[in-house]
Amino acid sequence: MQKTAGLIKKRALELLDDGTVTRVLAWSRSEDFIYEVSPTFFDKGNIDKMIYDSFCAANLSKYLIRACKEQTEGKILAVLKPCDTYSFNQLLCEHRIDREKIYVLAVPCTGMIDNDKLKKAGFSGVTKVIDKGDSLDVFTPDGSRSVAKKDVLLEKCLCCKGSEPMAYDEKIETDSKPFETQDRFACVEKLEKMTPDERFAFWQGELSKCIRCNACRNVCPACSCMKCVFDNPGSGVASKANSDSFEEKLFHIIRAFHVAGRCTDCGECSRVCPQGIPLHLLNRKFIKDIDDIYGEYQAGRDPASRAPLVDYRSEDAEPSIVEERGN
Amino acid sequence: MYKISKEKLSSLFETISERTPLYMPIMKNGQSDFYLWQSGDEYCDSELNTVRSAKDLFFPQSENIISFKKEDRKITVEANEDSFKKFVLFGVRGCDLKGIEVLDKVFLAQPVDEFYAAKRDSAVIITAACSRPEETCFCRTFGVDAAAPGGDVTTWSDETELYWRPNTDKGERLTQELSGVLSECGDEKVGEIRSAIASKLEKLPLRDLSLEGWGESTVEERFDSENWEKLSESCLGCGACTFVCPTCQCYDIRDYDTGHGIKRYRCWDSCMYNDFTMMAHGTPRPKQMQRFRQRFMHKLAYFPANNGGEFSCVGCGRCIRKCPSRLNIVKVIRAFGGSEK
Repeated sequence: MQKTAGLIKKRALELLDDGTVTRVLAWSRSEDFIYEVSPTFFDKGNIDKMIYDSFCAANLSKYLIRACKEQTEGKILAVLKPCDTYSFNQLLCEHRIDREKIYVLAVPCTGMIDNDKLKKAGFSGVTKVIDKGDSLDVFTPDGSRSVAKKDVLLEKCLCCKGSEPMAYDEKIETDSKPFETQDRFACVEKLEKMTPDERFAFWQGELSKCIRCNACRNVCPACSCMKCVFDNPGSGVASKANSDSFEEKLFHIIRAFHVAGRCTDCGECSRVCPQGIPLHLLNRKFIKDIDDIYGEYQAGRDPASRAPLVDYRSEDAEPSIVEERGN
Repeated sequence: MYKISKEKLSSLFETISERTPLYMPIMKNGQSDFYLWQSGDEYCDSELNTVRSAKDLFFPQSENIISFKKEDRKITVEANEDSFKKFVLFGVRGCDLKGIEVLDKVFLAQPVDEFYAAKRDSAVIITAACSRPEETCFCRTFGVDAAAPGGDVTTWSDETELYWRPNTDKGERLTQELSGVLSECGDEKVGEIRSAIASKLEKLPLRDLSLEGWGESTVEERFDSENWEKLSESCLGCGACTFVCPTCQCYDIRDYDTGHGIKRYRCWDSCMYNDFTMMAHGTPRPKQMQRFRQRFMHKLAYFPANNGGEFSCVGCGRCIRKCPSRLNIVKVIRAFGGSEK
């Protein structure tokens, strides 16, 4: 990973130097905690602070919406992990970003660490993490200990969509080995097997923790409305707090419907939720249903594709199929 | 000083909750938050901090103020009396107690906020010393002693016992009611626990975080600093930091149309939101940088300027753990202060 970071930084500097790009969108780290990694714009003045390692989970593609508006001359170098390129394509497809203003440097990824899982595994004051393929060596002031990668990776990484970037102008290649991933629909099937009452209790339990901070919405690349209905006092549903236990569900269900067919399953919603609500399950249910009803479709794989929910074909399933099928 | 075996905590909780509703950190769906204790619930001591702070009990996220009901041609007005019910709050950390003291300066100043004041009067606060402070803790910077947090009653824990010391009249009265379950003891053991905590606090990575350069006289120069653009660059404008913060106190008042009446409620607001302090002419802070600056200037400059130099951060570290973009008050303090790394 360290080698990869070096290659990325070297290439970024070259592209800044030769004028291909005027600034770089990547990640930087504070000096206090290893997991304190923030999306950051760099120029020649601060490019030395750019980093890339297994704490760079933040999907940078959404930042390009604002960056494209600000960019008057030259291009932005966007450093994107393979899964981030799906969101990038989806934003292109929705005309939210300007391809002409962006130079994509696709970078390899070996999975990103969930700091809460690291903490639960008993690590405190982590100073360094070395990737060993299926395991990680984690260094703390008390020494080092090995931990299985599957125990500390983010949910989105456990169900990785693959190491191949879907969009790039240039890519950094390394010989990093892929790791074992899980079936992303297994968790949905578990929910589908529940009785309606059990499923209701499950979501009630999870969603009642919601504090309506809107982190899930604001981080979501598919949530790119100029003015969200929930921020519009004229809509009748705008609210900064849940006025009752129905409303906490309403917000998340409406949001899941709104991003259905456009959600690339980037997993940022679950990553940022301060209450650890598994919001990705709602989106994956929609993805699974769309796959079942209209044939397999992955949002963001191809920016020129017509998404099932905005496309019409004579062989399309009738809406009543959902009622007949029962869930 | 009193004590009770940790195995018998449920009888302590049972005795309290027979008389008064009892709230404490309880783990539900993988997260610890303050909930009403019910028989069978387990006190969550494994997490240092709840996701939401103890402020929720005094200044809830959403609170009905008044209801208007319409029947035929008659309108009835009902005030919300919930605030006047007594309750006991157990397991409050020193930082959260300090957070409540910060809120006191806002809500108990003239004109007094009646809803808040009623809940403050009704509550007995039992604090818990932090046997296992976390790497994100920096309460010492704000004068909090995590080894002796105060409140109406202070408690300390070791492997087997919970030690209990009443500090106020309210605390004494509650202790008398619990004479059947608490037993008297000396304070040697607590002395040992306190010094063990103190030595842990000495080793925390943020132990020396300094506020040098922040304070009353710095409002103007901080406001115009170029630092804010860079500091706020990746802020998503969500409200996570403000809603988990024990001292964020801004609120909005809204009317909810129930179809046959109106519920007027107040709810937490967030200076990170684009409609914060929206007025007829628009918002005074149209850029996210300005809203971000508002939050930290409020904690580190405006509040101290209006409150004799006291800051409105308590060093609980929640924003460090919860910001999706890993922005937080420590980064801001460092960007301006004498303890830049």
